[in-house]
Amino acid sequence: MSQKPYHDDPQCHDFQKGAKRALDDVGLQAQLARTLKDGFQKKRAKAKARLPEYDALRDRARDIKAHTLENLDAYLERFEAEVIKAGGQVHWARDGEHACDIILDICTSVGAKTVTKGKSMLTEEIGLNTHLMKHGVEPVETDLGEYIIQLRDEPPSHIIAPAFHISKEQVADTFREHHPHLNAARDLSEPTSLLTEARSELRAKFIAADVGITGANVLVAETGSALIVTNEGNGDLTQSLPPVHIAVSSIEKVVPTLDDADTILRLLARTATGQDMTVYTTFFTGTKRSGDRDGPDQFHLVLLDNGRSELLGGPLHDVLSCIRCGACINHCPIFSVVSGHAYGWVYPGPIGSVLTPHFVGVEEAHLLPNACTMCGRCEEVCPVHIPLPDLLRTWRGRAFDAGKPGGLQGLGLKIWAALAKRPALYRLALRPVVALMRALGKKRGAFKWFVGAEGWTRTRDLPTPQGGTFQDRYKGGER
Amino acid sequence: MITQKNQGPSVGLFVTCMVDLMRPSVGFAALRLLERAGAHVVVPANQTCCGQPAYNSGDFADARAIAQDVIAAFQDYDHVVAPSGSCAGMIRVHYPDLFKDDADWLARAEDLAGRTFELSQYLADHLDWSQPSADFPHTVAYHDSCASRRELGVVDQPRALLATLPGVELQEIADNETCCGFGGLFSVKFPDVSGAITDAKVQMIEDTGAEVLVGADLGCLTNMAGKLKRRGSKVRVFHLAEVLAGMTDGAAIGEGEA
Repeated sequence: MSQKPYHDDPQCHDFQKGAKRALDDVGLQAQLARTLKDGFQKKRAKAKARLPEYDALRDRARDIKAHTLENLDAYLERFEAEVIKAGGQVHWARDGEHACDIILDICTSVGAKTVTKGKSMLTEEIGLNTHLMKHGVEPVETDLGEYIIQLRDEPPSHIIAPAFHISKEQVADTFREHHPHLNAARDLSEPTSLLTEARSELRAKFIAADVGITGANVLVAETGSALIVTNEGNGDLTQSLPPVHIAVSSIEKVVPTLDDADTILRLLARTATGQDMTVYTTFFTGTKRSGDRDGPDQFHLVLLDNGRSELLGGPLHDVLSCIRCGACINHCPIFSVVSGHAYGWVYPGPIGSVLTPHFVGVEEAHLLPNACTMCGRCEEVCPVHIPLPDLLRTWRGRAFDAGKPGGLQGLGLKIWAALAKRPALYRLALRPVVALMRALGKKRGAFKWFVGAEGWTRTRDLPTPQGGTFQDRYKGGER
Repeated sequence: MITQKNQGPSVGLFVTCMVDLMRPSVGFAALRLLERAGAHVVVPANQTCCGQPAYNSGDFADARAIAQDVIAAFQDYDHVVAPSGSCAGMIRVHYPDLFKDDADWLARAEDLAGRTFELSQYLADHLDWSQPSADFPHTVAYHDSCASRRELGVVDQPRALLATLPGVELQEIADNETCCGFGGLFSVKFPDVSGAITDAKVQMIEDTGAEVLVGADLGCLTNMAGKLKRRGSKVRVFHLAEVLAGMTDGAAIGEGEA
């Protein structure tokens, strides 16, 4: 399937350009080193070490996901039946546009002016905020990171930490600019003062909101419950204060039982942030019952497909097991120097480079699955054992079949492959190249520049060949 | 199977394209080490590359054709050894994947996969490595290639082999699980990104204070040696086979000749 990129914002859709921009940003590079290698990576390793059954849990989670995907139709229908039983409604959304229309209709039906939002990557995927604003409904992001990037008019740079690329000094500047009614001389040097300010700004919005929109990390078929994990409690205020709660989730988030949800939960925070659990874990089921002290009068669950069902049973099937923990992103050597915006669409990192070509087409996104060293660390840290390098390679195959990248690169590969299949010709062709390089480079031992190797020599020297080929020297009797 | 009387296993040496073209001494070092440890080594002439550049570029038809040549060239040896975790990983892990829809070739690919080893893995786990080794009185940082570490699970073997050299002092790189930024064709398709990853890696190598960087994959080593040279670093770079075989008298990777 093919659709327009989600964002109208100036996010760069050329990975090479976006990457260069990030590499040239000294502040961003420092932020990346601090938050990834010394932050997420170490915290996950410690959390894993604290839980002896971590690996056994991963196997169980993988099996739960595999079983659910095998029987997805049955579990989704069960889930819908339970939601209805609990007084809610399930809206099946084909694609992003359909989901946006459904959500806007619900907002319009209750005359909503403002909606509060919990953090939800799916609403980024469908471009919900833009759609709501276009129709006169003001979305207010209530997750601190989302609130910051909403003020700055930026897309998230990470699926679990949308503003991790922004330093606290930058946040302070943003708050001063967007909160002009506050004392200009206030101290915003500490994260706690920033948090306090965001909280007090948001308090009135929570109370005034007509509708609350959240995502859902897991859907539980046997109870019709959805659950969200947050560290700020904003999700709870979003879903319980307004009279209408809309949860947006996608079809692959369902699991059969509460026990299964528990398995996912035990892995999710540990793998994502290194916490044993997030600060808040909220299960919500249907509408407010008589006798309940709070809860919404209307509960709508928008169940998004957006091309996911096309992946079932195909070569990319396993990507549907993803629980969106972000570990592959946190451990990716490429992400760790280019950050999230370079990927150009909603989901960055290895998981994004598998999903994005499916959403926007491989011709548009062919660079993403190729922007990977195949180091395998993403698969190693994935809590549900998604073979991300294999899935990326599947996309590389599809890109190759579509003639991407083509040009000189494609031609070079073809010539190389033709030679590699013909050892005698291969030696005949490469012997003089090796001899020439040696003659030119033996004194210094490496080239600062070499014709045809500009990509290599742009950032490093090209070591000179030692002289002769092994095969020639071996044939000549050398041992 | 070719079995020599009174000799160890027959080993087909998969030289690898990088060693063949860039640094033949690694091939000769591997040859010596294997023979010293009791193997009867043969170097089939009919080999070029394992096909990984095609495979990782999504050109599966060419990758299959090259893999078939490799499978045919190495069908007669007890074991196949490559001085590279990346190439050994390609054969062990990915050749069977290439032929999952072709039962005959799948059987041959799996047979080869089961007989193929990375050099340090083979020396440490399958041969008698008790001969006295040459002195190497240097501090050494060892770089694990991602393929060795994750596809083959080879982490302890190269360190154990290095430890047998009198005088060696091993310094671990602070983060030895992260890629060096090479990634085969990735390094030339995304030079800026690759260069930034490599910069971070060689900074950690320099931070160890090691005199010598050793690894078992010439791709990673060529990348890091090129970056160290660009930065004007004094760290010398050798392949593990050269160090183990005592063949470090000549120029290190990227070093000029006197």
